[in-house]
Amino acid sequence: MFRWIIARRGRERFDLTDWMAFGFLGFGVVLMLGPVLWLVLSSFKTEAALQEYPPRLLPLAPQFQDVAGFDAPLQRFAVTGGEHAGRELVQIRRVGLNAQMIDPADPDTVLNVNIADREPVRAVEIAQENYTTVFTRFNFARYFWNSTFITVVATVLTVLFNSMAAFALAKYRFTGRTVVFVLIIATLMVPPTVTLVPLFLVVSQMGLINSPWAVIWPAIATPTGVFLLRQYMLTIPDDLLDAARMDNASEWRVYWKIVLPLSAPALAVLVIFSVMWRWNEFLWPLIVLNRSEVFTLQLALNSFQGELQTSWANLLAMTVLTLLPITLVFAFLQRFITQGIAQSGVK
Amino acid sequence: MARVELRGIVKDYGAVRAIHGIDLEIEDGAFCVFVGPSGCGKSTLLRMIAGLEEISGGDLMIGGERVNDLRAAERGLAMVFQTYALYPHMSVRQNLAFGLENMRMPKDQVAARVAEAARMLKLEPYLDRRPRALSGGQRQRVAIGRAVVREPRVFLFDEPLSNLDAELRVAMRAEIAGLHRRIGNTMIYVTHDQVEAMTMADQIVVLRDGRIEQVGAPIALYNRPANTFVAGFIGSPRMNFLTCTVTARDAEGVTLADVHGRVLRAMVDARTLAEGDTVELGVRPEHLHPDPDGYPVEIENVEQLGGESYLYGRTPDGTALTAHLSGQTGLRRGARAHLAIRPDLAHVFRADGSALPRLRLGELEAAGPGGPVAG
Repeated sequence: MFRWIIARRGRERFDLTDWMAFGFLGFGVVLMLGPVLWLVLSSFKTEAALQEYPPRLLPLAPQFQDVAGFDAPLQRFAVTGGEHAGRELVQIRRVGLNAQMIDPADPDTVLNVNIADREPVRAVEIAQENYTTVFTRFNFARYFWNSTFITVVATVLTVLFNSMAAFALAKYRFTGRTVVFVLIIATLMVPPTVTLVPLFLVVSQMGLINSPWAVIWPAIATPTGVFLLRQYMLTIPDDLLDAARMDNASEWRVYWKIVLPLSAPALAVLVIFSVMWRWNEFLWPLIVLNRSEVFTLQLALNSFQGELQTSWANLLAMTVLTLLPITLVFAFLQRFITQGIAQSGVK
Repeated sequence: MARVELRGIVKDYGAVRAIHGIDLEIEDGAFCVFVGPSGCGKSTLLRMIAGLEEISGGDLMIGGERVNDLRAAERGLAMVFQTYALYPHMSVRQNLAFGLENMRMPKDQVAARVAEAARMLKLEPYLDRRPRALSGGQRQRVAIGRAVVREPRVFLFDEPLSNLDAELRVAMRAEIAGLHRRIGNTMIYVTHDQVEAMTMADQIVVLRDGRIEQVGAPIALYNRPANTFVAGFIGSPRMNFLTCTVTARDAEGVTLADVHGRVLRAMVDARTLAEGDTVELGVRPEHLHPDPDGYPVEIENVEQLGGESYLYGRTPDGTALTAHLSGQTGLRRGARAHLAIRPDLAHVFRADGSALPRLRLGELEAAGPGGPVAG
């Protein structure tokens, strides 16, 4: 089943092309997945491990120990050189190039150790509390629901309206069909920033500010979707539609029972696109959603970055949680993407 | 079941007229075949009857009722498409049931009708398959089944066999003819294949450029083509045409001379001709026979099929001439053959292409008693 992973051109052994191909692909994997992997690993680090410099890949946290007579826990170090080499001490404070350390078993004797001669003691520490606090302290469920609602409703409406428009443009002959189609495509050339202000005025006039519908309605008509679906629907033979009409099907049933199911690959592509667009959308929700209870996940993530203090551990955990649903959607529907794109446009 | 009547049916595409006023009556229970070369408008006409193309002018009557403004489904017709047009995402059963479900028929009735059609067309083993998993012949049967379950008044077939291989085509031809015998509905069948037209039709409608050239029973069209177009279209290989001049007329027929002055006779009613008129003498390949006194022909190609032979040659003035001989022949390429034309098998056409009435049908005499039906 996974033979394709080690498929190679050379019969017996790797030849030059194989080395180059695997090298290139491996480089691509590291480049693409590296940051994601780092993000996921970091989301399990404790706040202390995150603050460490230089940063480390694995969630290894510096270790602290309570010592009688000190208010705060003291960091543990292994001494690697000098007269105390081989001992494990805790540090009270650092003075210049020297660290004042004590042995927890003998807290009254202060030992001086060169900072180059000591190494922090680390242990793997999975900070699950990063995730639990996201739910308990930050109302993650609320933001998740907001995002899910907007994504699902907007995607359903996008697919519905775009496919209806595409059906009409692909299968009906009416005067002005080309004009309408070209107009729709032409809107692709208008940068979203240009329409931002007028769109905001419209949405605000309609009293939709701070409602999820302010994000949904402006998003559902996408020229990309109409174009994609129309090109795909052109490949559905007219005979099928005629046959359905002879079979007593109303135009709605022709659309619903024949054209939609047969456009499934293209619809899947549009679903993926729409989910990604809505889920990751930031600028527009930032403008129209101002109250924290209507925030989407992306806005909530942004709000974690306080002016004075940023809770990195929670921010990272929430970022991972935000990535998960879209990764799942993509994993389930990705096989349709190549299929759908390959078939649309090719008559 | 219903009688179909077309009164001055016209189709315009913008400024272009595709169908020029068709008048036609198709009797209840008849098997009517529209035949003609591609682009003659036969499919357009069928789609207009079906309700898939708008009728620009004229009246379409089905069962005595004007249906111009009814939707396709409301006309009570069913159509079989050239491409079968099976719904690829539905099983055979769903394909058959789709039309009935659209009519909001109760589920048990739908199931009964589908089962009945599947039994009749031997589709039972395939009911749960998708069309993709069927062979061409099976797909065609499903397409026919989808028409049958609806129990339509009229069946429409749009070149249903042209996607099948030759062997299957013969089998499906018999199947469709058998279906017509069993259920006896009016059927309108479009094809460009004149063999299908000849073998299946009660009534053939020959179309050219959006006009009817001739309507009639297959044998009648073969025996008495109304013009050179029909004469050339019906019958395979094509009828041979020789340009001639009228030299004499009498009650028995007409005496013609070809460009080299060879004398030919044809038994046609020549009262409307004058001596000196230029006419086309038509003779079918199967009506030429070798004769020492016959027309000289340079043989260019010989096809021997064992049971029959085809000779392709040219007359001295370069006119192509095809002869169809039964049995085998000793003639070879490059040889000179003499082929005779029997006066009672010859057709004569005026310069405008219209046929002169034939006085005797040599085809009937050749067959003898119990032979073909007179046309």
